[in-house]
Amino acid sequence: MRYMCLVHFDTAILKTASPARQQEIDRRSLAYDEELKAGGHYVASQAIQEGDSAVLVRVRNGQMSTTDGPYMETKEQMAGFILIDARDMNEAVRLASGIPLAEIGTIEVRPIFEIPTTPALT
Amino acid sequence: MTNIDIDKIYRQERGRVLASLIRLLGGFQLAEEALADAFLAAAQQWPRDGVPANPRTWLVSAGRFKAIDKLRKSGRFRDMVPELTRELLDEEDQMPAERETIEDDTLRLIFTCCHPALPADAQIALTLREVCGLTTEEIAAAYLSKPATIAQRIVRAKSRIRDERLPYEVPEPAQWPERLDVVLHTIYLIFNEGYDASSGDALLRQDLCAEAIRLTRLLKELHSTADIDGLLALMLLHQSRAIARTTSDGGIILLEDQDRSLWDRALIAEGTTLAELAFAQPPVATYTIQAMIAATHSAARTANLTDWRRIVSLYDLLLRAEPSPIIELNRAVAIAMRDGPAAGLALIDPLAAGPLGAYRFAHAARADLLRRLGQPEEARAAYRRALQLAEQAAERAFLQGRLDDLTVSSSQRPVPHR
Repeated sequence: MRYMCLVHFDTAILKTASPARQQEIDRRSLAYDEELKAGGHYVASQAIQEGDSAVLVRVRNGQMSTTDGPYMETKEQMAGFILIDARDMNEAVRLASGIPLAEIGTIEVRPIFEIPTTPALT
Repeated sequence: MTNIDIDKIYRQERGRVLASLIRLLGGFQLAEEALADAFLAAAQQWPRDGVPANPRTWLVSAGRFKAIDKLRKSGRFRDMVPELTRELLDEEDQMPAERETIEDDTLRLIFTCCHPALPADAQIALTLREVCGLTTEEIAAAYLSKPATIAQRIVRAKSRIRDERLPYEVPEPAQWPERLDVVLHTIYLIFNEGYDASSGDALLRQDLCAEAIRLTRLLKELHSTADIDGLLALMLLHQSRAIARTTSDGGIILLEDQDRSLWDRALIAEGTTLAELAFAQPPVATYTIQAMIAATHSAARTANLTDWRRIVSLYDLLLRAEPSPIIELNRAVAIAMRDGPAAGLALIDPLAAGPLGAYRFAHAARADLLRRLGQPEEARAAYRRALQLAEQAAERAFLQGRLDDLTVSSSQRPVPHR
């Protein structure tokens, strides 16, 4: 089964950290991707830019509107994701606990919902 | 060598390999990583080199080697307690673990998963996942819970094992009776949930029964006691009727209406022998008495040849060993069969009005006796009460069927009131 590991953390923590510390976190994050690949668990991952670079899009009654900013204004912002393949939820939780950013933020583990498709659509 | 073979070996060996790795590596987390690495290595090497003569020891050695390698590379080796590091290095070049040691490890794992310091629901979830190899999602489906809830229960139980340093060991012989009781009770609850689930998916429930029996057989193989025999006998005797107790579409067929030629004679023979063996070794466990009751039912070629006198006296014994209103209810039903419905009803009425007021089977049993006594009004009321309390679809269908029968028959031909 596939699980989405959403990485949330307070970017202020990273910004105020020393360059050496920042580099260390980056290095370990990339190394962990490699470890997941070696274990056959890695599907995809991306870091995303900060919430102030976000645009929110809505369509209501056929009309599109846009607003600035992250969807949820909280201290811990979504900063990236890792999509993994795991045997079950507990294995996904174990793999998520190895993500280096779990040490300063929070990883939200969500099972992937396969949208059912009717035969006519496939 | 196909993927299916590896899947099969995974299902068969996962628990035992994990059990050994936990001992060798000193904790669940490292051991689970090593387990995943070992099976990955197997998936890469076995199709090329063939399956090793002893896959289990191969997997244990591969997992241990991978773990040490990974710890060295990541620098985590330094953080580990010095004794463990030394132990790992010492063992590194030794022969793979012997078969006997690995079997002992499984026993260690079962006792750890069923440690009395863990809550009962955590014991069950942990045992099903770590010893039986069920996934979080399967356990959640069988217990009608959310995977996230089960996942956290398992994570918390493991943290507790680590933080409270619950020993990873088979307890001293002096502690066996008390510690084995918890293990057997956990297995009994797993079987019960499978056999008589309050709700949930039918196929997954069969899995639970099969796993409970497999675990008990394993326990017996590792260290046989009369209590283990009693529990195994009870489960085998119930399992022998598995095919006969439901219709093809999942409806309930009562014991008295079952086609007894469908009962599994081999399971009955094995269960009866074990039950009698355990019964001859006092102190007799309640599982053994229940197994003797099940064996008595199994011995009757037709429902009306059932030895109800013997069943009542076994219930008397059971009630003395473990006083409980549910056992009183079952005894009352047996008395109704021996002495007639009025005698049974006199015993059930106070139970259904008192301690078992919210227990669906108390009202269903009462309804059945009232029906047999020719009191359809009261019987219907009792069936309706049972229906209010039942959640499982098959049970609801059964009760509704009884209620409908009663309505039809009483409207077609009036039943005398006295």
